[in-house]
Amino acid sequence: MSNNTVIKQRSAESDTATPVIAVRGVTLRFGGLVCLSDVELTLNRGEILAVIGPNGAGKTSLFNSLTGVYVPQEGSITLNSANGSTHALLGQKTHVVNKLGLARTFQNIRLFGALTALENVKIAAETRQRTGPVSIMLGLPNARRAERASDRRAHNLMEFVGLGDKINELASSLSYGDQRRLEIARALATDPQVLLLDEPAAGTNPTEKLELAELIRHINAELGISVLLIEHDMRLVMSVAHRVTVLNFGKVIASGTTAEVQRDPAVVEAYLGAEMAAEMLDAQAQEEE
Amino acid sequence: MSSVTTKTREPEASFSATSLAKLRHKPWYKSDAFRRLVMCVLLGVLFTIMTGEQAGDDVFYSLNDSLTNWPWLGTWVAVAVGIWALITFHSYLLGNPALSPVHKVIKDATAEVKKVTPVLGRREVKWPLIIALVVVLALLPTWVSGFWNQVMVNEIAVYVLLAIGLNVVVGWAGLLDLGFIAFFAIGAYSAAYWTGKLPVSPPVELTPFLVIPVAVLTCLVAGVLLGAPTLRLRGDYLAIVTLGFHEIIYLLATNADEFTNGPAGVQGVPHPTLDLGFWSYEWTTTDLEQYWWMIMVIAGILIFLFLRLEHSKVGRAWTAIREDEVAAAANGVNTVKYKLMAFAIGASTSGIAGVVMASKVQFVSPASFELMFSVLVLAYVIFGGMGSIWGVMLGTAFLAWLPQILKDYVDEQDRHMYLGAILVIMMIFRPQGLIPSRRRKRELNLAKEGLGDADAMTEPVGGRVS
Repeated sequence: MSNNTVIKQRSAESDTATPVIAVRGVTLRFGGLVCLSDVELTLNRGEILAVIGPNGAGKTSLFNSLTGVYVPQEGSITLNSANGSTHALLGQKTHVVNKLGLARTFQNIRLFGALTALENVKIAAETRQRTGPVSIMLGLPNARRAERASDRRAHNLMEFVGLGDKINELASSLSYGDQRRLEIARALATDPQVLLLDEPAAGTNPTEKLELAELIRHINAELGISVLLIEHDMRLVMSVAHRVTVLNFGKVIASGTTAEVQRDPAVVEAYLGAEMAAEMLDAQAQEEE
Repeated sequence: MSSVTTKTREPEASFSATSLAKLRHKPWYKSDAFRRLVMCVLLGVLFTIMTGEQAGDDVFYSLNDSLTNWPWLGTWVAVAVGIWALITFHSYLLGNPALSPVHKVIKDATAEVKKVTPVLGRREVKWPLIIALVVVLALLPTWVSGFWNQVMVNEIAVYVLLAIGLNVVVGWAGLLDLGFIAFFAIGAYSAAYWTGKLPVSPPVELTPFLVIPVAVLTCLVAGVLLGAPTLRLRGDYLAIVTLGFHEIIYLLATNADEFTNGPAGVQGVPHPTLDLGFWSYEWTTTDLEQYWWMIMVIAGILIFLFLRLEHSKVGRAWTAIREDEVAAAANGVNTVKYKLMAFAIGASTSGIAGVVMASKVQFVSPASFELMFSVLVLAYVIFGGMGSIWGVMLGTAFLAWLPQILKDYVDEQDRHMYLGAILVIMMIFRPQGLIPSRRRKRELNLAKEGLGDADAMTEPVGGRVS
């Protein structure tokens, strides 16, 4: 309990910007299994927030709760749009959440493998268009215009993520790193306010990781999209994230800047176990002396 | 002490080259080739029984008779072994490796995308071909006998219309629909109702051509009404629901005497008439060519519209839903809306076919809408190649034509056995169908390597989307 109060103080301190996503007291249960318990999380506009934690801590469940795949039993999730409107995301359908401005990628890549890379991005871009089946069947000018527009947008986004030369490749034939980028391009095509990246660096090599970090910073700085990032690669987290929230056993155990979190005893304990943590903290204390 | 333990351990712990080879070795009777041989011989025997003499109800007599007919049995087994040899040794004959690793499958699929437009896709080849095809189709009824004209209109053309519609539902959206004929029935009964032939009279009487838009609307509404509560179900569950819907419509047609005239059906649905002011035409029972041309025009219009749909955002959204519903929804695709759309478009096509059928045969009765027909249309679509309009049409035409042509060569009762056998063989050796759609083929290849779903039959990983 004392941990929680610490967190609240800290987030209050860093809450200088406006929150774009506010997760309050979210609890998700599957039968007797508590997946998320009273999770509090704030993503400020224009910030990159990393969510870290050991395996099974509930990070992906949190993402699934945010995007409407799971419906938590308690709590609230609110989205403050750039245009000033506020939406409750809890219990919304997945595609509605996406329309409101939350786009995501998946931990286990979920591209449409039998379609080309460009078509993958186009599908997402086209969900923002209003052309109906009748105007498409009749080949009306607005349908043709929409087709050209989505084509252009998809091309631009492929260039943006650095896949400009792989437009006509089959999605499933791309390398692992390229597939991750394509997923990001597809998510960006829906013109989101918030991008949720679920372990984007998993399975990529060190060069690709550097490029990925660069890409995430670009997305954040140039497109002005707030990023919520789940990642195990600490070097990546420390290099891109403005703030970090740590989950363990479905609970938020720490939240703050990267430096603060690194020093937090609860975090060290969660990752290394109590004994190791005690030793490490002793060593740190001795060094400081 | 220590030396003893090492001595006893050694033979267990280390594997010699010979013991490893033994582990790897597969006995001959477990090899794939042998298993295939056994299956082929069994199939040969089965075909012998199938094609053998029939002696009324005495199964044992006919079994004995067919299985001791040595030349006949020998022929079938020889054919079976020949096919086995072809399958087993074709790689030696043609020189390509039989097994392909995962990356080869993907490379092949990629190569296909990158490939320059195939010969058939080139403008200067495509258009002459299409024109030639249209001319041949247009002249076809004048070349064949009255019987075949009848078959062309009643069996082939109507089923082609149905298959084009079902292809949207099954092939493009990946929804398994076993109740497709229910919409056919709705279309046919709409025709009977709006032309005033049902026991209940309509507010205004229409001609069959004017009934078509009404029937399309009715089927759209029926499709949405059925789809809205059920389309969140997947695969087999949806199939059962559509099956139930079919039974409801069928039993309604049979039992609601005061509306549908029950099992006796209704007669006298008028032939279509066309009055354009300067030119008018009335179809009659004897002018089968006219019906053929009418249905070809309708099918042509539908193909034109549907092909546009397939290569648009709607077609891509359907593919996305088919491949990964969770990912599609997460990227903003309203999955229920697109499924409903496919369902309604398929239903209305079925409705058009129903109107055409009703006014062609001038008779509507529940017997024309038995479950068997739903299954048949589905089989045609899968046989032709789900998702490819041309494949579906070719498959339907072939399978509707086959029982009729077999009439002249085999026992009347055996015809559908051959149909069944062809379906089984086709699904084993060419599951993608006669002319597979390119997307579908890639999906099947990827699914074979465990890299994805080929259809919407399986539960999504990581939760259900509602």
